[in-house]
Amino acid sequence: MLKVRIKFRKYGVLKFLGHLDVMRFFQKAMRRADIPIAFTSGFSPHMIMSFAQPLGLGITSEGEYLDIELAEPVSSVDAIYRLNQTVTEGIDVVSFRQIHEDKKSSGMTLVAAAEYLVVPKEAEETSLREYNSSESVFPSFFADKIQAFLAQPSIVVLKKTKRSEKEVDIKPMIYDFHLETAGICLKLAAGSEANLKPDLVMETFLTFIKEEGRKLHYHRRELYAKNPQNAGPAHVSLEALGWEIPSQSEF
Amino acid sequence: MRKLALNDEILLKIEKPARYIGNEVNSVMKDSEKVDIRFAMCFPDVYEIGMSHLGIQILYDMFNRREDVWCERVYSPWLDLDKLMREQQIPLFALESQDPVKNFDFLGITLQYEMCYTNILQVLDLSGIPLHADQRDETDPIVIGGGPCAYNPEPLAEFFDLFYIGEGETVYDQLLDAYKANQAAGGSRNRFLEAACQIEGIYVPSFYETHYKEDGTIAEFYPTNPLAPDRIKKQVVLDVTDTVYPERPLVPYIKVTQDRVVLEVQRGCIRGCRFCQAGMLYRPTRERDVEQLKEYARRMLKSTGHEEISLSSLSTSDYSELKDLVTFLIEEFKGKGINISLPSLRIDAFSLDVMSRIQDVRKSSLTFAPEAGSQRMRNVINKGLTEEDILNGAGQAFEGGWNKVKLYFMLGLPTETEEDMAAIAVLADKVARRYYEIPKEQRNGKCQITASSSFFIPKPFTPFQWAAMLTNEEYIARAAIVKHAFLNQLNKKSLRYNWHDAEVTVLEGVFARGDRRTGAVVEEAYRLGCIYDSWTECFDNEKWMKAFENTGIDIDFYNLRERKADEIFPWDFIDIGVTKEFLREEWERAMKAEITPNCRTQCSGCGAAVWKGGVCVESKN
Repeated sequence: MLKVRIKFRKYGVLKFLGHLDVMRFFQKAMRRADIPIAFTSGFSPHMIMSFAQPLGLGITSEGEYLDIELAEPVSSVDAIYRLNQTVTEGIDVVSFRQIHEDKKSSGMTLVAAAEYLVVPKEAEETSLREYNSSESVFPSFFADKIQAFLAQPSIVVLKKTKRSEKEVDIKPMIYDFHLETAGICLKLAAGSEANLKPDLVMETFLTFIKEEGRKLHYHRRELYAKNPQNAGPAHVSLEALGWEIPSQSEF
Repeated sequence: MRKLALNDEILLKIEKPARYIGNEVNSVMKDSEKVDIRFAMCFPDVYEIGMSHLGIQILYDMFNRREDVWCERVYSPWLDLDKLMREQQIPLFALESQDPVKNFDFLGITLQYEMCYTNILQVLDLSGIPLHADQRDETDPIVIGGGPCAYNPEPLAEFFDLFYIGEGETVYDQLLDAYKANQAAGGSRNRFLEAACQIEGIYVPSFYETHYKEDGTIAEFYPTNPLAPDRIKKQVVLDVTDTVYPERPLVPYIKVTQDRVVLEVQRGCIRGCRFCQAGMLYRPTRERDVEQLKEYARRMLKSTGHEEISLSSLSTSDYSELKDLVTFLIEEFKGKGINISLPSLRIDAFSLDVMSRIQDVRKSSLTFAPEAGSQRMRNVINKGLTEEDILNGAGQAFEGGWNKVKLYFMLGLPTETEEDMAAIAVLADKVARRYYEIPKEQRNGKCQITASSSFFIPKPFTPFQWAAMLTNEEYIARAAIVKHAFLNQLNKKSLRYNWHDAEVTVLEGVFARGDRRTGAVVEEAYRLGCIYDSWTECFDNEKWMKAFENTGIDIDFYNLRERKADEIFPWDFIDIGVTKEFLREEWERAMKAEITPNCRTQCSGCGAAVWKGGVCVESKN
């Protein structure tokens, strides 16, 4: 059985599409594109498909993932082309790569971190395209404020769950937090072990610098897994764990 | 990137924002500058209901095939958004362009059930279009109604500029062309309505007047404009195979009620059940070519990616090529993980065999619609299903492993006695007894027989259009009699009984057979805050009763009279082919509990043969 990881972007009006509806969308897209996806056995078979980290409503992304299994091979180039012929504006497939078959390579327990670009709400449309301007979307004093924010010995917030509220130190879950011209880059713990939402970080930060009330837009850039290699960076993108499937003629 | 009519703040605040963003697979985008006519097609209920309707998909596809027309969709905003739109004065918009409906040339509203009438006013109101046709000016869209409730358009007469009576595939092109010609000539709104009223099937209510007798019944109904015809002829597609069909239906993002490919196998029904309006309206029965349907199935599954396909018609078992079609669907698609759903099949050896191949027997239930408990009552309504049919069907099903059965009934039928009511429980018990005849070791646990009843509502153009209804209290009393009878049955532990709401029944009764005067009640109810009346959580009977009181409209006049044989009905000016004489004969046969054979067994001369199509000509071959 061939396991495949699909990376896609979600933008424009489809940022209002909930996680379950994205799943439904891909189930139907697979059929429209004739992707030879594998099914479970049993009386009512369903597609073997699992999604990474759900994306909150209103957030755009260029780093969304789902894993599927194929009943027969199809090349990456071909599959991407066919899928993109059948999708609507707001979702498109970026890569279609084979991954290792063993259980721990797929399934979304793999997710360890997520990277976001945070921009002012009013700059959502302009700043998410190629950002060429030399003018920063946030005031430059933010850079120092970020330093000060991160210099705190701990960053304790009140985390609300459905059942209770508890105080949590989010500092260890912030892997990266810096200012770029295009916005603020945040790399945060994600997945089943530890998970930190970008809006919680930004709200805490804005309160810290007394800039509450700024309206922000969140854009996910990438999802990461722990690097399976002992050397190198701590995280690698989910995409980097896969490899291209050549077309039949290239075999 | 498309600009939405609603800002992000609103979209993130409301339930299911994907209801309002459009952009679905197979939705049609055009350049509004390059079309002559912009048509907003509306289903006045929430998105998930409206998107499940085949008729709109057919018209959407048909209109958009024209280069000069851009047809878009509009649904009722749900209560949360409705409130915000009123507060912030955001005009109602069409999903594709997100442009205000007010800027369109046409607003077409499909009329599928009476309890959506206040939602029609909601749509007009939110769009900024005057509720009354006579208050609209050249800047307002032409508001057009169609669908089954258009066969008695009178309660809505004040709110619509025109009604399209019959199947949409026939004269819409003529109507759109007439509009274009009038625009080109710089003609007024009224000029267009005059042109429209001369097209067969188009009814312009403002060109007609009604006079009433002292007793409140109609004395006279006549055109006041010399161009308007006395009678309006319903529109019928004679060749249902060669007409348009949406091969690329819209695919919603969110889960809707009918999330599947729908194949309409035929129009009309040969059965002639006396309570059934669709059975009379859509005569003659016309079948689609089976090879064509197979091709549609292939193309539509491919273009949508749906994982389910369903056959649709009033009585699918009567489709003559059913075996061929179903076998094809199973062989072609079952292996590809596509579910096949076959509603409204008669339970017999064939359907049981098919169902055991397409569904998990242990989990699914079988449905019978005897409609009435006693044989006498079934003869009155001309439901040609006997107790023997039901018990045989159920018996075969039980032996095949099924143990859940649903039974559908109506209460409050003409001539109904206490004995007929109790017979519902007796029949349900007999079905259970049949189950327990199977040796215990071969049974699949206990059986579960669920009987449901709705209250009968007499509809225009049916043999029961003369019938009296009952009061709210009487309906509840009848349901109590049935409930009581269930408690006396041997297998009562395997039986369940539930019944539908009586208050809504009374209202539906008024508007189903109402005249022009009842429109005032709809408007008053809307002013009092009624909306989404078909949703139990929204329905507010007190407000409705207040609306009747405020307008002085008497429910009993519409519901509790048995109408006289010669009474002029508000809908008599519509010619559906089937004659009033035939319907009256059927009423009289009903009173004598005499059955009438179906169209294939023997022609009963209902009048639909004037269309010279479908089963009417097929039987003469």
